[in-house]
Amino acid sequence: MKNKGTFSRFISMYVDGFKNMTWGRPLWILILIKLFIMFAILKVFFFPNFLNSRFDTSEEKSEYVSGKLTKR
Amino acid sequence: MDTTLIDWSRAQFALTAMYHWLFVPLTLGLGLIMSLMETMYYRTGDLKWKRTAKFWIKIFGINFAVGVATGIILEFEFGTNWSNYSWFVGDIFGAPLAIEGILAFFMEATFIAVMFFGWDRVSKGFHLASTWLTTLGATISALWILVANAWMQFPDGMTFNPDTVRNEMVNFWAVLLSPVAINKFFHTVLSGWMLGAAFVTGISCWFLLKKREKVFSSDSIKIASIVGLVSILLLIWTGDGSSQQVAEKQPMKLAAMEGLYEGGNGVGIVGVGILAPDKQYNDNKDPFIFNISIPKGLSLLTTHDLNGYVPGIKNLIEGGYPTKDGQALSVAQKIEKGKVAVSSLAKYREAKKIGDEVSAVEAKAVLNENFDYFGYGYFNSPEEVIPNVPMVFYSFRIMVILGCYFLLLFALVYYFTVKKKLENLKWFQWICLWSIPLAYIASQAGWIVAEVGRQPWAIQDILPVSAAISDIDVASVQLTFFLFLVLFTILLIAEISIMTKHIKSGPEKINS
Repeated sequence: MKNKGTFSRFISMYVDGFKNMTWGRPLWILILIKLFIMFAILKVFFFPNFLNSRFDTSEEKSEYVSGKLTKR
Repeated sequence: MDTTLIDWSRAQFALTAMYHWLFVPLTLGLGLIMSLMETMYYRTGDLKWKRTAKFWIKIFGINFAVGVATGIILEFEFGTNWSNYSWFVGDIFGAPLAIEGILAFFMEATFIAVMFFGWDRVSKGFHLASTWLTTLGATISALWILVANAWMQFPDGMTFNPDTVRNEMVNFWAVLLSPVAINKFFHTVLSGWMLGAAFVTGISCWFLLKKREKVFSSDSIKIASIVGLVSILLLIWTGDGSSQQVAEKQPMKLAAMEGLYEGGNGVGIVGVGILAPDKQYNDNKDPFIFNISIPKGLSLLTTHDLNGYVPGIKNLIEGGYPTKDGQALSVAQKIEKGKVAVSSLAKYREAKKIGDEVSAVEAKAVLNENFDYFGYGYFNSPEEVIPNVPMVFYSFRIMVILGCYFLLLFALVYYFTVKKKLENLKWFQWICLWSIPLAYIASQAGWIVAEVGRQPWAIQDILPVSAAISDIDVASVQLTFFLFLVLFTILLIAEISIMTKHIKSGPEKINS
């Protein structure tokens, strides 16, 4: 019971903290916009993982990289 | 490989890393200072310290919010632009970054909430512990990133697996406790402390110039000047350690830092100088148009012996000078060994494909024997191993000269604070305020020395940037470079304007 009380108090600290935020609110909006741009736009459209997007298995990836490193 | 692609990819990575590094040192420095301020509140119970700590915690929060996750873009770039590198380094680079993400980030995320929301909800002691743990989380975060970076400067504790074409970690402690990693961690974190101290001192002086918040400003300056002074003294000590590490593990970087073409015994250190722009490593021209040197200084600094031997760029390329293990190889010899290593990798994989185990074992033995020079196999001429000497040379001087400036500045700030004179010295308050950008310049210059000085290597001696890069369209890198430039500029303007607004409004009133 004591643990539950501690956990509940911890959660309510977060909830109340976010609810009563004053100067922190625009910062959170800024963080969310930034994360959206980074993960939903930049990562998806501009930064696909080069090897993962071309090959399915580790063997294929090592074969490709080995080719790139040795055939020069 | 198209050099334009390499240059644009490097420029993009440098832009992202330098932007990220605007936030990290302030997080590290402010973290320590605000924790000390809250400790003062905990120990004395004086509400003025709570008010002071709360103000700097707010500034910490703004900086943290704008800077958070900007480092993740670097990881995007590893996967897209540097895929050969990402594959080749395997779990050595991945493990520290994963630990950083899981341990340090969650530690920060948990305790930062208590730090901001818990003032009236948790005990004073628990709140103080949360503030310190937030700072510790940020510092541990820096540790893992710097361990990964140090491994690129001095690859150790791994073995190369030709079957997977990846390096595999065989000794975690060799990676974590490598002398380069330890030195880099302390030097970098201390530079963050110094920057934080310069920031707090400068902003507090602004309040004094505006004739506002005298008690708050004096208390802030008192703590910041001690942090600044201690940091700069320890920075000199770790800088000395760095110079020995660089001399031993990356002598070409050291030669570039000093504009040293012809080495020898009892080599002097250049205090200030102007490099001759058309100097080649193998001509006999004077490398300097003008310079002031301290005789035998470089030998003393790097070998702790006035007559110690320090090789220059020409010596490093031509080899033949004495080393601990005998005579140094020339770059031409290393290129030869590197080409043997690269072709052995090809032979090994070919033999494996056709099931020729005998040839595979032979090829693997030759590869292992020459693997230390693997990266040299991608060069065609010795001068390709020379980094951009002017950029490294001038950046190093900027860092060192500004370091000396901050030693003097913090000594004076501390002296004027103790003598209670600072409040009346307007000219000095202006100097402190305008020293904030100088701290950022010193910090960025340090990274330029470390990273441009490492060129042409992605991993020292093992993989040059030309082999580390992905085969992608240069136009896509150019596009994302300018995209980042716009995005980062907007974010930086946002941070500066939000921060300025909150600084102007000053510390909040505290109810007892």
